Amino acid sequence: MKHLLSSAQLSRDEAVGILDTTLDMAEVRTRAIKKLPTLRGKTVANVFFEDSTRTRLSFEAAAMALGADVTTFTAQGSSVSKGESLKDTLQTLEAMGAEFIVLRHAHSGVCETVVNSGWVDAHVINAGDGTHEHPTQALLDAFTMRTRLFGDTSRGRDLTDLAVVIVGDILHSRVARSNIWLLRTLGASVTVAAPQTLVPREIESWGVTVVSTLDEALESQPHVVMTLRVQKERMSSGYFPSESEFSELWGMTSARLRRLGENAIVMHPGPMNRGLEIAGAVADSPQSTVTDQVANGVATRMAVLYTVMGGSR
Amino acid sequence: MTILIRGASLLGASAADILIDDGVIREVGAVKAKADRVIDGAGLIALPGLVDLHTHLREPGGESSETILSGSRAAAAGGFTAVHAMANTSPVADTAQRVEMVAELGRRAGFVEVRPVGAVTHNLDGMQLADIGGMARSKATVTVFSDDGRCVGDALLMRRALEYVSTFGGVIAQHAQDPRLAIDGVMHEGAISSELGLRGWPSVAEESIIARDVLLAEYVGARLHVCHVSTAGSVDVIRWAKRRGIAVTAEVTPHHLLLTDDAARSYNTVFKVNPPLRTQTDVDELRRGVADGTIDIIATDHAPHSLASKDATWQDAPFGMVGLESALSVVQATLVDTGAISWDDVARILSVTPASIGRVSGYAAPLAVGSPANITLVDAAHRENWTVERLRGRSVNTPFIGVPTVGRVMATIFRGKATVVDGHVVEDEEMRTP
Repeated sequence: MKHLLSSAQLSRDEAVGILDTTLDMAEVRTRAIKKLPTLRGKTVANVFFEDSTRTRLSFEAAAMALGADVTTFTAQGSSVSKGESLKDTLQTLEAMGAEFIVLRHAHSGVCETVVNSGWVDAHVINAGDGTHEHPTQALLDAFTMRTRLFGDTSRGRDLTDLAVVIVGDILHSRVARSNIWLLRTLGASVTVAAPQTLVPREIESWGVTVVSTLDEALESQPHVVMTLRVQKERMSSGYFPSESEFSELWGMTSARLRRLGENAIVMHPGPMNRGLEIAGAVADSPQSTVTDQVANGVATRMAVLYTVMGGSR
Repeated sequence: MTILIRGASLLGASAADILIDDGVIREVGAVKAKADRVIDGAGLIALPGLVDLHTHLREPGGESSETILSGSRAAAAGGFTAVHAMANTSPVADTAQRVEMVAELGRRAGFVEVRPVGAVTHNLDGMQLADIGGMARSKATVTVFSDDGRCVGDALLMRRALEYVSTFGGVIAQHAQDPRLAIDGVMHEGAISSELGLRGWPSVAEESIIARDVLLAEYVGARLHVCHVSTAGSVDVIRWAKRRGIAVTAEVTPHHLLLTDDAARSYNTVFKVNPPLRTQTDVDELRRGVADGTIDIIATDHAPHSLASKDATWQDAPFGMVGLESALSVVQATLVDTGAISWDDVARILSVTPASIGRVSGYAAPLAVGSPANITLVDAAHRENWTVERLRGRSVNTPFIGVPTVGRVMATIFRGKATVVDGHVVEDEEMRTP
């Protein structure tokens, strides 16, 4: 695997392989010396055309834990988001020795464009492109689910028989897309709960069940409820009328948490709007995996860098 | 200068000779006379010169991607003898002086008749009518008015425009795209846009404007032309309007007859066009619409863009592909070779009817004695993988490079002058009338 452009590209075995490598990387991070020399002498360029401090820091930590040199490029605003400048930026970074490009951009498909157009020869890792994909987030989420639910018997397993509910703004969410496709590949069943305005057209072809409200989705006692960040500007665009109505119908409240089984978990990719899509008390409860997700992010990104480099277990 | 075409199949039917003298077809049949130039038409189909109702020549303002000269040359290579130059240049073609300049540059280029399209609204702002009367009565005698690239979205302004243009016998060519419903849309809204995370441009944004406009045209008794129809639902609405007797005509582009939104999966920006490529259901219905006459004509929407501007993310790249050089091949592949229409129909949808909609004279009686000598000779049996050499304009944003294509324009004759011979554009300085 030369690049990680999408979670849709991953086969079941490739995905399980990355999850198992993540286990190994997580183990490295418990040692006294938390580093491997795998990428020593290599340069990883983190190219963030869209701000995301946590994802950028996570990739930096992962690259450094593998011994790589890290170059970080951040830019915001439309003046640098044009294609010509994108092409020039990537070619400049490659000319300076970057063999890995971790790319975050507000435009969907940017990683495919970079790879297909032959602008650069480096390994490309998608760190979130527009409303398309965020594959490392989906991998760290799958790893978090697998670890929480199967513990020490995780290795080698996929997520067959796991029931996952994804609630909220599916339409604009790259996290939702990447999770849905990866979860389906790993054998989980996925139910989506959202107002029709925030459900992508023809989503049924993704092999998911669509229900109207979160309460309806919780009736089947899912193992996982994944909440998504809601952009408040969606209200002014007519996707939903008010925060209170959204929270009432699709918010993960304490009352709803009580209806879930004790072993069920609640996830959020962050950053959270406490009180909107997730209640503060739910986010801080033992059933919340929010901090696990952040911690697992570094090991997952180490595993991804290792995998695209050509490493196998 | 006399030209004799020997033994070409007239509109795909029986073979005959065609004698051209002084820009006019003098004899058709078994011609005994000698000529200055003889073109062997054996195995070729003779069509009337093609007329494009929808061409972007980019001059003035976009000369890095096309000029009136380079676009005219591309048109000749594709078998065209007349093109309508869209108004969305910079500055916009919204005054008599500007449309006269476009017509004059076209005349100097000499490859085809360049008919300027006038803007409907001043600077395409969708607020105030452009100098429609001035353009209509100018030396360029503009008859087609369009804000193409933008929709005349305001219903009241559209009503007024239809009424005002009809005063001068002209027609509004509407780019049917509800600006709010299609806001920020960059591809067809459906299963694939959902998957790719690209903002959708829904079919209903086109269909609802066409429905509104045919009703307005009926109400005020004006002619309406619908640009680049792209959806099955639009074909239905137009079919309904025609049955009702509304004076509406419609065009479809070659690419909408062939390609689908599936092509966007590559995020290859050459496939980013407006309106967007739609689904196979739409493609099938568009072909049926051409075959049953609901859709009147093929128009290229030739939209040149520099490589640099297309070398971008899907969202940043401009809409459009070039189409003049490939139009006839695509029409042959999608409509003729599939049995949907005959070569006779090709003459109708690519020459007679577009000329009639644009009020271009000389195309009413194709290949008839006494008609101006606008003739295209096609080798329908030709097969090749297209190369960039087939493009004669300034831009190469086409998806057909490296793709197997059928048919080739072997000769084009514009007002009795050969602009293409043996499949190659005649690069004669004398071509350009001083």
